[in-house]
Amino acid sequence: MKKFKYVTLLITSLLLVLTLAGCGSQPLSSQNILENDKKSNTITWGVKADQKLIGLIDVKDGQEKGFEIDLAKAITKKVLGKDGKAKFVTVTSQSRIPLLKNGNIDAIIATMSILPDRKKVIDFSDSYFDAGQSILVKKGSSIKSVKDLNGKTVTSAVGSNSVDNIQKIAPKARVLQLPDFAQALTALKSGQGEAMTTDNVILAGLAVENPGYKLVGGTFTTEPYGIGINKGQGDFKKAINKGLKEVIEDGTYNKLIMKWFGNVPGFDYKEVLRK
Amino acid sequence: MIKLLVDNWSSFISGFGWTVLSSIVALFFSLIIGSLFAILEVMPSKVARVIGNVYVEIFRNIPLLVITMFFYLVIPLYVVKINGFTAGTIGLTIYTSAFIAETVRSGINSVDIGQMEASRAQGMTFWQAMRYIVLPQAFKLVIPPLGNQFINLVKNSSVLAFVAGFDLMYQGNAIASTTFETVNTYIVVGLFYLVITLPISYYMQHLERKLA
Repeated sequence: MKKFKYVTLLITSLLLVLTLAGCGSQPLSSQNILENDKKSNTITWGVKADQKLIGLIDVKDGQEKGFEIDLAKAITKKVLGKDGKAKFVTVTSQSRIPLLKNGNIDAIIATMSILPDRKKVIDFSDSYFDAGQSILVKKGSSIKSVKDLNGKTVTSAVGSNSVDNIQKIAPKARVLQLPDFAQALTALKSGQGEAMTTDNVILAGLAVENPGYKLVGGTFTTEPYGIGINKGQGDFKKAINKGLKEVIEDGTYNKLIMKWFGNVPGFDYKEVLRK
Repeated sequence: MIKLLVDNWSSFISGFGWTVLSSIVALFFSLIIGSLFAILEVMPSKVARVIGNVYVEIFRNIPLLVITMFFYLVIPLYVVKINGFTAGTIGLTIYTSAFIAETVRSGINSVDIGQMEASRAQGMTFWQAMRYIVLPQAFKLVIPPLGNQFINLVKNSSVLAFVAGFDLMYQGNAIASTTFETVNTYIVVGLFYLVITLPISYYMQHLERKLA
């Protein structure tokens, strides 16, 4: 027994020493991302894979498709030059910040609103999309705007700030928080709620796939989306902002908006065009 | 952690209340339904045994979440409108009753067959013999595994969170995602569950000592 104890002790201390030695080299996240990316000629983006129109992996060819994907490709070309490659890694709302922090991805472009709480942990680029909260209802519903939600039941996803907003604007609305947006929509479809609420772009994607449903009442909050960049990456942030500005100025941005959001029922794409 | 608890006290307490209510309702009905199906499984009639077996095997072998989702999403579409709390509690009741049926059946089977035969020889009907002779002995035998089922039931009630049933876990998710204090929130939620399950655990031990 005593022998066994010593072996355990030996292995434990060995592991500890190895861990400490590992800490010696510089972690990925604190290296200069812009320099690394220029060397490899690739920017690694964290994108959504399950949101129609924004970032969705097409099951037929396995390619990522959507507005954010196209925008990321355009910005990559501006930052690295014509041959610059954009690499995509799938993230979720929960995993995106941890993945950025540990250096798995260089930047997040995944429907992330610029919020003060998030700014404490990461940096944001200039806003690349003026999203806002809206409502999705069944066609023919009596709900026409957010005010009509008082006394009604609204579904949404847990962890989105949409819930707080609804409680401020329509205090008498009952909010059901479901694990994700797909489930919030399923709950709406089976009559558990009369409306669903979250950012208009996410609802737009759902409306396109579910013809019986439409957006109503326009937006009642402003939730500018920003590209998430790790703290201490000033050079990279500057380069991204410059790239984004060029994409907007040469008209690529508006073309992408028209391409993805030009034909969504109840969604006014002119609201989000940039001049 | 204290601050988190104080700030969100009303949320935690309301979640705690719904969890307790759901657990009590599900416990009561699953015990009744479970015992009924246990008796069906040991009845002389072959039809009754088949019905009992089919019920137990179906609901014991489907995940609780699937049963609950069925009641939350499918039943309102075709039959009757039920909210998340009701759907979750129904799912919990059915799922647990299958396990309780198996537990009680094993208890009935371990009561010597001579007890039943002797009662019938005295002129009792099958149901009288069950009610007065076999079941009281069977329940004494299965108190420890039954206690396990009750504790599992309380913990499984967290399934309500997935159908917006306003239970402890639902409130925990909501608080964790607004305060970003993930670790502390779930520690508090865990402690609240202990407040319900530990007394059950000790009560079952006490019952075991008293009756055995």
